[in-house]
Amino acid sequence: MNLYGRRTWINRLGIGLSMVAMSLGLAGLLWILWTLFAKGFAALSWDFFTTDTPAPGTPGGGLRNAIVGSGILILVTTVVSTPIGILAGIHLAEFGDKSRLASITRFVTDIMLSAPSIVIGLFVYALVVVTFGGFSGWAGSIALSLIAIPVVVRTTENMLRLVPTSLREAAFALGAPHWQVSIKVTLHAVKAGVVTGVLLAIARVTGETAPLLFTALNNQFFSADMSQPMANLPVAIFQFGMSPYDNWVQLAWGGSLLIALLVLAINIGARVIFHQKDTL
Amino acid sequence: MSEAAASSRADVHGAKVRLFKLQDMAFHRVTLVFALLVLAALTGILFSLGQQAEPAFKEFGWGFLWGNVWSVPDDKFGARIAIYGTLVTSFIALVIAVPISFGIALFLTETCPAWLRRPLGTAIELLAGVPSIVYGIWGLFVFAPLFADYAQPILKATLGHLPVIGKLFSGPAIGIGILTAGIVLSLMVIPFIASVMRDVFDTVPPVLKESAYGMGCTTWEVVWNIVLPYTRVGVIGGIMLGLGRALGETMAVTFVIGNSNRIVGSLFAPGNSIASVLANEFGEADPGLHIASLFALGLLLFVITFFVLALSRWLIYLGVKKQGK
Repeated sequence: MNLYGRRTWINRLGIGLSMVAMSLGLAGLLWILWTLFAKGFAALSWDFFTTDTPAPGTPGGGLRNAIVGSGILILVTTVVSTPIGILAGIHLAEFGDKSRLASITRFVTDIMLSAPSIVIGLFVYALVVVTFGGFSGWAGSIALSLIAIPVVVRTTENMLRLVPTSLREAAFALGAPHWQVSIKVTLHAVKAGVVTGVLLAIARVTGETAPLLFTALNNQFFSADMSQPMANLPVAIFQFGMSPYDNWVQLAWGGSLLIALLVLAINIGARVIFHQKDTL
Repeated sequence: MSEAAASSRADVHGAKVRLFKLQDMAFHRVTLVFALLVLAALTGILFSLGQQAEPAFKEFGWGFLWGNVWSVPDDKFGARIAIYGTLVTSFIALVIAVPISFGIALFLTETCPAWLRRPLGTAIELLAGVPSIVYGIWGLFVFAPLFADYAQPILKATLGHLPVIGKLFSGPAIGIGILTAGIVLSLMVIPFIASVMRDVFDTVPPVLKESAYGMGCTTWEVVWNIVLPYTRVGVIGGIMLGLGRALGETMAVTFVIGNSNRIVGSLFAPGNSIASVLANEFGEADPGLHIASLFALGLLLFVITFFVLALSRWLIYLGVKKQGK
């Protein structure tokens, strides 16, 4: 075989193998989504949303308490982590150019972004559950906030850095103090990007299971009391999915579909908001 | 008269400037406090895990790291089984995920028709957001039974007879186990690695690729000799990021790894990873040595992932810096 023939052959082989690898990967991922939709939709019903988690061995039941519990946990997490994340992000972007402390904080935030979430759960257990003597919704929200905050910090900082210096200088030249420049000019200019960051953080914590196992735990009954263990979708899915009861497993599929749809919807929403900014 | 007015105006002006200065200082301090809060969280994690794990380290010393007994009734704990499970599942995940992610990134940047590029890229990024518990429940109910019925007998009949690696593919085909956990994990990290790879492949200046094509290089030669060497550091950074994910993943693994505290040579056998031990045992652990040992495992996991992630950040940083030249 001549040199050209060999090179074409290697090219076909290499590209061909990559295509096979890609198809395998995409097929696997599509398979997961397809099963999730097929089994998940079969589990959804009116009872699914209106009745609480069933006791072992009793038929039927739904996930009302877990859905409400997850909603409360995520709401509290958002309220706690948004201001902290945005302010820390402003600090890194506005005052963090030369400071060594800021570059360490930036590095730490990057590590926290991908730190194992179960370790965050352990930390909050040691810090909150042990100290206050019991699992609680508060502990769950603190754990989720520790996961959400780095996401908000990093997007806020990255977005603020996109603001042209001339915009800042124009505001300074008009005599505006630094805090007004930061809040009314730069932060205002990247509003859409910061909202995107918050949404991505919410999407991230919505599906987190590991940090809730030892903090919010679970609750078989309906409870909106943050100082008590709180039912939540991920832990309910975990417990029901590993259980021997058919109706529990079915509820776990329904819950998984609900969470996945929610996360996808938030992610898509974040994209839409972010791209609207581009057209302005 | 006019002098008084001017001076009072100057007073008002001076007061305003002072007020602004005060507000600015307060603003700086407030944002600083929140930035420090983030910093404190990490040191807090290390400190509190270390503190809670202390009894275990005191009792077992360094032997905790390689002790191969994890027995609650005997109150004897060693980390080797969990570390083995964590490393092996992550390794399997990378072996499978890296070529597939490379294929996806190559397709998206080189051979994909333009109209498909955007939707497919977005789909991969959205898949990265699917909660890991979904992968776990799919692995347990859909993948594991099929894997046991169809794939494991074939693997056993072929690879199982090879001299050295044959032992890895022996034993009963029960579906759940270390190999299954690795495969499910690989599907979970593919979207992460693929989107990082696509992003770094996109940073190759078109003029480099065009010159190579102009010299008559085939697509494969361009990718292998131009794109990969140019993006090497960034690609490794992306793989390390995927590794960091895989090491610390709890839910995708706990459902399918089988949760057995023994090391059997075979990959078909059930095992345990650090994260799955924590997820399974922590809730019911007795105070004392058991819970301290679990904290010690958590600390270990945190330290391992910390180094992997720090290395990946550093490599990605190097890759980006090179581009600036």
